[in-house]
Amino acid sequence: MKKILVSVLSLFVLLMMLFGLKNYFSTQTGSGVSSGKVLNLYNWGDYIDPALLKKFTRETGYKVSYETFDSNEAMYTKIKQGGTSYDLTIPSEYMLEKMKKENLLLPLDHSRLTGLKNYDDRFLNQIFDRGNKYSLPYFWGTLGILYNDKFVNAKDIKHWDDLWSTKFRNKIMLIDSARDVLGFTLMTQNKSVNTRSAADLAAAQGKLTTLMPNVKAIVADEIKMYMAQEEAAIAITYSGEAAEAMSNNSHLHYLVPSEGSNLWFDNIVMPRTAKHKDAAYAFLNFMNDPKNAAQNAEYIGYATPNKKAFQMLPKAIRTDQQFYPNAKVVERLQVYDDLGRKWTEKYNDAFLEFKMTQR
Amino acid sequence: MHAWRVMMMMPRSKKQRQLFYLVPYGAWLLLFVIVPLCLLVVQSLMTQNGHFTLNNYAIYFSSGTYLRMTFNSVWFAFLITIITLIISYPTAYFLNQLKQKQFWLLLIILPTWINLLLKTYAFIGLLSKTGSVNTFLNLWGIAPKQLLFSDWSFLLVAAYIEIPFMILPIFNSLAEINPRLEQASRDLGANKWQTLRYVTVPLSMTGVKAGIQAVFIPSLSLFMITRLIGGNRVITLGTAIEEHFLVTQNWHLGSTIGVILIIAMVITMSITRDRVRKHSRKRG
Repeated sequence: MKKILVSVLSLFVLLMMLFGLKNYFSTQTGSGVSSGKVLNLYNWGDYIDPALLKKFTRETGYKVSYETFDSNEAMYTKIKQGGTSYDLTIPSEYMLEKMKKENLLLPLDHSRLTGLKNYDDRFLNQIFDRGNKYSLPYFWGTLGILYNDKFVNAKDIKHWDDLWSTKFRNKIMLIDSARDVLGFTLMTQNKSVNTRSAADLAAAQGKLTTLMPNVKAIVADEIKMYMAQEEAAIAITYSGEAAEAMSNNSHLHYLVPSEGSNLWFDNIVMPRTAKHKDAAYAFLNFMNDPKNAAQNAEYIGYATPNKKAFQMLPKAIRTDQQFYPNAKVVERLQVYDDLGRKWTEKYNDAFLEFKMTQR
Repeated sequence: MHAWRVMMMMPRSKKQRQLFYLVPYGAWLLLFVIVPLCLLVVQSLMTQNGHFTLNNYAIYFSSGTYLRMTFNSVWFAFLITIITLIISYPTAYFLNQLKQKQFWLLLIILPTWINLLLKTYAFIGLLSKTGSVNTFLNLWGIAPKQLLFSDWSFLLVAAYIEIPFMILPIFNSLAEINPRLEQASRDLGANKWQTLRYVTVPLSMTGVKAGIQAVFIPSLSLFMITRLIGGNRVITLGTAIEEHFLVTQNWHLGSTIGVILIIAMVITMSITRDRVRKHSRKRG
């Protein structure tokens, strides 16, 4: 019995030591540093120029603890569970709306923000956050057509309707998202991408079904890999994904049809867990600075909502219609609003039925 | 000593001790099998507002889409099972004849140590337009073929992944057969084929059935491979469940489909189990 007692006790002591060690390390590095002059930034992987983080530390004295996530849902779950002390994070607009509804965000004090007027008015005051009460836009982008000039003649594809051409039998990859695929179909019928009319949706579904012979596959993030490997001639995907695929294959081109498309945003927000508000505001103002925003936009390759920063970009980027479409097209871009459960389901049911269509 | 026992809550009699050993398993069963199952059933019987309803089942059984999807799932799971069985039985039989059978068996189990997603991505590398298979075909002057995103590529990858789970139980049941039975069969004048047909195969049926269970049931709800390899051209119930839990957040309908899958699994289990019992009774 004594032996057992001794081993149990020593195990207990060992566990306590490990626990202490773990706590020690987690205050050093772990999820969210909670003391000192720091900023806990929770961002997508490789979604900021690392040189800017160093510059921020140099200018303000705040050390940046940078942690990354790979999906909106993962970020949401971690922040919702608590136990973290992230000061800033970057959700997409639909997740921002959800977090807002669940009171996971702190409102931004506009009196502490500088450089708000650097932003392009077209990208402020969006439907998902009126008056930018909770968020500042970080990057914006579109849904569009990515094609390979080896297999597709540029003049054959200009509009969403061209996808239905018999030339593209079994050549198109679609993004696995009900909203986006039904969205561009609705757009070909001059309907809103946020329609809540059963007739519109049924008509769109009917039209979409006739696209099936042209569809090679319906995939998700893999699109950029498949397109770079030239598995398909055409893909419908987001501008960010397209930019990544294009950096791996020079035959790829991206276009936003002139009749319009979806406009998406990634936005900086302050989660409820924020502990270092001074650092957070310092960082927001740092990123509002056109010089920094321009440097970041050049590094990431996405479109910046910061007008002054845009003007500082090299001409080759500024005039690139692929990622900075002209004003006329931007005007026709539509932002998704939160459909609510009932309509989200209707869109998804329609999409599921479409997926079940036999070739 | 006695005080210690009480303090440590160590049971005294043998029966008590047996019960004590049952605690981890019982707790496991309760926490990770029974409670989730109940939750699933309860969820499937509720509306979004938390009222009791049979509506989710009504939606399921009145929807052509879901019924076709169910048919698809069963059909593909059936094909995967048949393919793996056709490959696995001769393989297991052959392995049993070898001298170093444990070593050869290890080679077959080895791929199961590798993450499923990695194996799937490896197949993308093999089957894509610029992949190894097409490069090889090119050497013989055959133009690149579209291999990915077809029913065949889906069946190939799914069968590849499931094969070890079919070979193992068949191998074990074959290894358990007393070699004297086969010798006796030969002595009594049966030729090689008759021995196989009337002695070896019937005696290894338990392994075959265990293999069918181990392959058919998971195949019913495959979903990741349907997208990565099948390009969503193959739609199974797993796809619908994933969508309801992640996108539409209608956990109730998702649970309903889950319950239906579980029922399908129970049916499979009972079919494969019943026959075993009848068999042994005949023999006994």
